[in-house]
Amino acid sequence: MTQAAEPISHYRLTHLKALEAEAIHIMREVAAQFERPALMFSGGKDSIVMVALALKAFRPAKFPFPLLHIDTGHNFPEALDFRDQLVEKIGERLIIHKVQDLIDKGMATEDPGPFPSRNRAQIPTLINAIEEYRFDALFGGARRDEEKARAKERIFSFRDEFGQWDPKNQRPELWNLYNGRHRMGENIRVFPISNWTEMDVWQYIMLEQIEIPDLYFSHKRDVVKRMGQWVPVGEAPFGPRDGEEVINRTVRFRTVGDMSCTAATDSPAATLEDIVGEVAAARASERGARMDDKNSEAAMEDRKKEGYF
Amino acid sequence: MSTDTDTPTAARHPDPNANMGMEFSTDAYLDMDLLRFLTCGSVDDGKSTLIGRLLYDSKSIFEDQLEAAESASVGRGDERMNLALLTDGLRAEREQGITIDVAYRYFATPKRKFIIADCPGHVQYTRNMVTGASTANLALILIDARHGVIEQTRRHSFITSLLRIPHLVVCVNKMDLVDWDKDTYEKIRDDFEEFAARFEINDITFIPMSALTGDNVVNRSANMDWYQGPSLLHHLENVHIAGDRDMIDPRFPVQWVVRPQSDEFHDYRGYGGQVASGVFQKGDEVVALPSGMESKIKSIDIGGKEQQSAFPPQSVSIQLEDDIDISRGDMLCRPNNKPQSGQDIDAMVVWMTDQPMVVGKKYTIRHTSNEARCIVKELHYRMDIESLHRDESAENLSLNEIGRISIRTTKPLFFDPYRQCRITGSFIIVDEQTNNTVGAAMIIGETK
Repeated sequence: MTQAAEPISHYRLTHLKALEAEAIHIMREVAAQFERPALMFSGGKDSIVMVALALKAFRPAKFPFPLLHIDTGHNFPEALDFRDQLVEKIGERLIIHKVQDLIDKGMATEDPGPFPSRNRAQIPTLINAIEEYRFDALFGGARRDEEKARAKERIFSFRDEFGQWDPKNQRPELWNLYNGRHRMGENIRVFPISNWTEMDVWQYIMLEQIEIPDLYFSHKRDVVKRMGQWVPVGEAPFGPRDGEEVINRTVRFRTVGDMSCTAATDSPAATLEDIVGEVAAARASERGARMDDKNSEAAMEDRKKEGYF
Repeated sequence: MSTDTDTPTAARHPDPNANMGMEFSTDAYLDMDLLRFLTCGSVDDGKSTLIGRLLYDSKSIFEDQLEAAESASVGRGDERMNLALLTDGLRAEREQGITIDVAYRYFATPKRKFIIADCPGHVQYTRNMVTGASTANLALILIDARHGVIEQTRRHSFITSLLRIPHLVVCVNKMDLVDWDKDTYEKIRDDFEEFAARFEINDITFIPMSALTGDNVVNRSANMDWYQGPSLLHHLENVHIAGDRDMIDPRFPVQWVVRPQSDEFHDYRGYGGQVASGVFQKGDEVVALPSGMESKIKSIDIGGKEQQSAFPPQSVSIQLEDDIDISRGDMLCRPNNKPQSGQDIDAMVVWMTDQPMVVGKKYTIRHTSNEARCIVKELHYRMDIESLHRDESAENLSLNEIGRISIRTTKPLFFDPYRQCRITGSFIIVDEQTNNTVGAAMIIGETK
């Protein structure tokens, strides 16, 4: 018999490894409790970390689910290239569902707001993908530190057949026990990295040496000043608007969403260590760079109730 | 509702750039522990003020979040910035000025990362507190120094004890409103100790403080030089939590079988799961339950990367020397150290839904990675969580009520008493019609 000869202090788990263990447990629980899960993959850092965690949960076997990208058509080209390279490298299945297709069919409409945002148009596209592939569980990389409405969302977040979230009617979640029972047509959104902060994500990327798109590192880019933020410009419909002056600046992205609603920050951070230092000193939250959340105080809660992540 | 002194203001907080030595070095950050703690209380205790201060002083509140709370305060007609708006996440909560649900919040110091389960304090939210308590290493109970130990304090202490949170910190708050009086503090401490003697709480720390002024929250108080103990943050950073885990009794509920369909890993068959307690090492003899088949651990890996041992709460894959039939819901343990096994189980249950628990009704339960059906055979008593009186005439349990039940399950469960292991000793009860989680149960043992 080989009894533990090492002192108890040897069996210490750092907070990153404790968070990793929790996420792996959640992913395996979903694989076991649901028939048709999928992992939402955008090419952003949180979804890249989700893929890294899935590798830990299921390798050397393949993932028991495909990756799903809701393609808004407003992505950074760099993020799409990265997505395709990663999928090829890990040899997993990727399903791409396009917002444009839904708009062409008249099932989704462009937002008439001040920005050409496709945030709202993502919702019917996602729900359409759920119906078409009959997904019953979708992994998302959302974190509770991102936004107030998310601070109260469960790790297993139930949605009715319209994809809606009812914040007042959430199932209690105790210990590490997750109740995935659902009716036909219902689905859940699962957030394995709920308890991670932006800092944890960056530290984990550094610890595990996870590759991320160059967008996150300092680079030269054409931007315009819009609503007090540096907004990237590119080909139509992302060109400068009347009166906007295009400036080439040294910037990076803290968060990568659609080109139409993600602002860049001035930054010389060229390495992960630099980024971690910058995050530690940051005085604005990550979602502050997302213009989509500023429309109203409850913007995120409203979008989530409609079926957004 | 909130009194004037309960409304924290940003202006009263110190310069966030000049505190707590928040210089993270990369190495230090990679060597931090995780501490999950629970705060219970209502607006009147100054709980929001305390959390606001911990978040603010640790730079975990960002400028745009402050701005959003500021503009919301103006919109509500508040005279000052209301830091509770930072923590009340749902529209209904902001509109009604109440906290409905458990909110999880995060902050870190160079020593530890903290997860706060911020729970509402009133009796109608007992189920929310129980939820937050289930994963906490430590509970913070706030007492208003002007009012001393009240019914709510007793209730929160009982739940802390019932859920077996290993560490309790009693924050005697608003000391500024009692002139920093030592006698007032000691009277409250003595009162608390007297009634807490009835509970099984091993580690209790008392701290006199003022969340509003910051005394003894982050820094030691100059106003209370008679207090020799640590500040709250110092205690949170240093309380010894490594010993909270059971490292003696190896339990590994099998969650998922990792089986590659490829030639390269043709022989790989890994049992994926999270170690509930104890240590497993490569070469250890193990027994699989319920089959009773024995084998040895061939390898332990995470994502294909091998390691020598596995300990709680690691999620790993374990391969065995022999090809024995093991699937989800089974448990690996040691031949000379097995959990209890049985179909007739007594447990304390907290009821979590509007529809009362009915004796004789069938429910589904989830226990570790196992699922079974059960029938509630008996309700022994309902516990009044304020008087601790046991009502043996009770016939059902309503929302937020707690009682001792006997169940019979459709198949044997492999369990330990909750007091020994929170993971193998707990289960949830699921209503088969609504699919809702309706009860949280802590196993006492086999029905006698």
